[in-house]
Amino acid sequence: MKRKVTEIILRFLLWSCTLLTIAILFLILGYVFFQGLPHINLRFLTTSYAPGLGLEGVWSMIIGTLALMGLTLLVSVPAGIFAAIYLSEYAKPSRFLSLLRFSIECLAGIPSILYGLFGFTFFVVFLKLQFSLLSGALTLAIMILPLLIRTTEETLQSVPDSFREGSLALGANRLVTLFRIVLPSAIPGILTAVILSMGRIIGETAAVYYTAGTVPQVPLSTAESTRTLAVHLYFLAKEGLDQGQAFAAAAILILLIAALNLAAQGTANYFNRRLTGK
Amino acid sequence: MKTYGKTQVLSSSIKRLSLLGLAAIMLMGTLGCSKTAPGDSAALQQQTAKETAAAQTILQVNGSTSVEKLMTMLSDRYTAKNPGVSLQIQAPGSSAGIKAVHDGNAQIGMSSRELKGDELTWGLKETVIAYDGIAVVVHPSNPVKDLTTEQVNAIFSGKITNWKEFGGADQEILLVIREAGSGTRDAFEEIVKLFEEKDGKKVSTIAEDRAIIADSTNAITQNVSGKESAIGYVSLGSLNTSSTIPLKLNGVECTADNIKNKSYAISRPFLLLTQGTPSAEVQPVLDYILSADGQALVTEEKFIPVQ
Amino acid sequence: MKLKKYMTLGVEKFFWLCAILSLLALLLILGFLLKEGLPPLFSIGFKSFLLGQRWKPLEETFGIFPMIVATVTATAGAILLGGFIGLFTALFLAEVASPKAARLIRPLIQLLAGIPSVVFGFFGLVLIVPWIANRFGGPGNSLLATILILSVMILPTLASISETALRAVPQEYREGSLALGASPMETLFKVTLPAAKNGIIAAFVLGIGRAVGETMAVVLVCGNRPQIPQSLLDPIRPMTSTIAMEMSYSSGLHQEALFAIGVILLIFIVALNLSVNYILRGNKDL
Repeated sequence: MKRKVTEIILRFLLWSCTLLTIAILFLILGYVFFQGLPHINLRFLTTSYAPGLGLEGVWSMIIGTLALMGLTLLVSVPAGIFAAIYLSEYAKPSRFLSLLRFSIECLAGIPSILYGLFGFTFFVVFLKLQFSLLSGALTLAIMILPLLIRTTEETLQSVPDSFREGSLALGANRLVTLFRIVLPSAIPGILTAVILSMGRIIGETAAVYYTAGTVPQVPLSTAESTRTLAVHLYFLAKEGLDQGQAFAAAAILILLIAALNLAAQGTANYFNRRLTGK
Repeated sequence: MKTYGKTQVLSSSIKRLSLLGLAAIMLMGTLGCSKTAPGDSAALQQQTAKETAAAQTILQVNGSTSVEKLMTMLSDRYTAKNPGVSLQIQAPGSSAGIKAVHDGNAQIGMSSRELKGDELTWGLKETVIAYDGIAVVVHPSNPVKDLTTEQVNAIFSGKITNWKEFGGADQEILLVIREAGSGTRDAFEEIVKLFEEKDGKKVSTIAEDRAIIADSTNAITQNVSGKESAIGYVSLGSLNTSSTIPLKLNGVECTADNIKNKSYAISRPFLLLTQGTPSAEVQPVLDYILSADGQALVTEEKFIPVQ
Repeated sequence: MKLKKYMTLGVEKFFWLCAILSLLALLLILGFLLKEGLPPLFSIGFKSFLLGQRWKPLEETFGIFPMIVATVTATAGAILLGGFIGLFTALFLAEVASPKAARLIRPLIQLLAGIPSVVFGFFGLVLIVPWIANRFGGPGNSLLATILILSVMILPTLASISETALRAVPQEYREGSLALGASPMETLFKVTLPAAKNGIIAAFVLGIGRAVGETMAVVLVCGNRPQIPQSLLDPIRPMTSTIAMEMSYSSGLHQEALFAIGVILLIFIVALNLSVNYILRGNKDL
């Protein structure tokens, strides 16, 4: 009898925790959308931000955000995947390897504000890259590297050894096996890592604010500064300039993240189907 | 061999997908350019001009978040008339801006506080471009509408801790203040005399251990509008009169006019800084900001013009 | 043939280079933060900095003990509350929910992870803080508000990583347990959960890291009073919040002291990872 009661309580807890998580999400989404959506229109989305000329749109922030995201992923995704390949396919257990793993764990735990301060003192000031897309992307690349490495490594390890052995037995060398067999089977997992990273990049404020800067313009080169949506949102919220615009920017940010999540999820599913041949 | 075939399909589909992605981005780009709201072609022309014109002169402007929006607006108007100039406005904070000018990383610094300590010895030239009034605000339901400077002092130094002393509800007063070093806080402490001399140093007498400390103007507004017993102080330029009520000080309302005629005392300067005498590129910008045109914009934005 | 061999070797070296990037980055970050943050630590004095009770930067009194207490209590509270909810959500998704339901809920949790901190902060300041003030008294900006907001923010990390760990547990474990007559819940809590222990601990470490490092949301709801909290309803000021709030107006020694707080935070994170490594691996390869 007592066993039955525990069973019911545990089941109830499992259900209620999950429902609570979803409820919190919808509460926050509802709150942001309710206040933000009425302020979103085509003009808001497609004009740049020049308040002195009566333009208060977020076009340049959307492009700035996507540009920063693209550049960051361009730098960190290959680096992260290759690092993961080394760790999972080549490295032999050693003291140095433990040190590598330890440093990855530490990087994952460093607060974003410290990434901001580091990016500012190192990239912006010491390397004289100024406030620029490049400073921002390099800082963010280091920040999301641990996430990419760890997730990719886990996926690589889940690729059955029989795949590798089969390919090697057929006479393919190690690299060919890696790029033709192992990596393609790991694509869905790698995409998950990329999705999570995109979310972090788009939503990040502190690390971007001190490195990519705050100039509301479409960046024409990697040496130019830009303002991301998250930084714009932070400004609007901080100075209380326009509450409606702030929530509108927040709503666009969340929609952007949701859209990217969906797109990447779709791509991952597509590859999954291809791989399983269904 | 079977696996190999599959991966071939895979790699070709990767190519197709990346092409698709490229197409989508290009489509988004063209849509963004072509779908423009009718009726503001002039403004939009200026926008395109802003994005495409290769500016010959680029000026780095760096500093206070509070000055940022006003400066962006002034810069928009200035560069619309002088398309050869582009102002890159960064807003990591007053201190960073002052330091950037000193280090030569920026030609113009923005500060919403007075220079202090070492900064005074760096040979920076200050140009006051506007004043920002500071309003003492309470919750809309608070019956107290008018206080004297001495009463405000007594409240913030923690000598009086209950609203009933001023005819309000029997409720403990909750102070909402800015962090140490903030320009708003400096000016507020200065005028309300919330400081004492200690070993030749100015020491704040605000009762910090009874206060909530907020990091920005809007955080103060939100804190005060959410709690009936709260009192705080905010920049007049960002005053939100629907969620907080500004108090009269010694019977005088906090308005731009009253600050200009000096009957309402609390304000802080918005400073632009240059290393030594402004250069030939910077001087016209300062001239424009101080011109009738520039100062009209200052007034429009609820700040107080310098003349 | 020889060329091919060199190429293979070159590619391997390149992989190795990418792998040590993380180590290099960590050393760079350590180096630059120490360069800025160590001198003030010496000039202020380690003991008076770490154990000092008063933070009056303009009077050059820099004691961060209340901030350390704030960071530790807020993180502990968030990891207890958020950890519980996150772990149970993960258990639900991995073991109880139908595959269809799990596919529907998982993206929602990822979306929660993508919401920017500022949004959480404003949500907390406008809704949660006044609610606490009205319901329980006090100013509302408090340890409790911070814990609530942090719990929600670390929840998705905890839930998704724990779920991955749970899914990695071999099916045979569950089947064996069920065959021995254990109920599904007994199997879940006595077999599957312990088997996924390492992955779940890793999730909690990441969660602690996020809670310690969260800035933009916390600064809006914590009240920022540099005082040791006596109750859940007292305002607190965590370390990150001080850096974010005071960096923009600070100058001279005050600003250097903020970098010194950064160094202490960094030491915190390294120590956390060291101790977890120690627990997980025993004393083997450290």
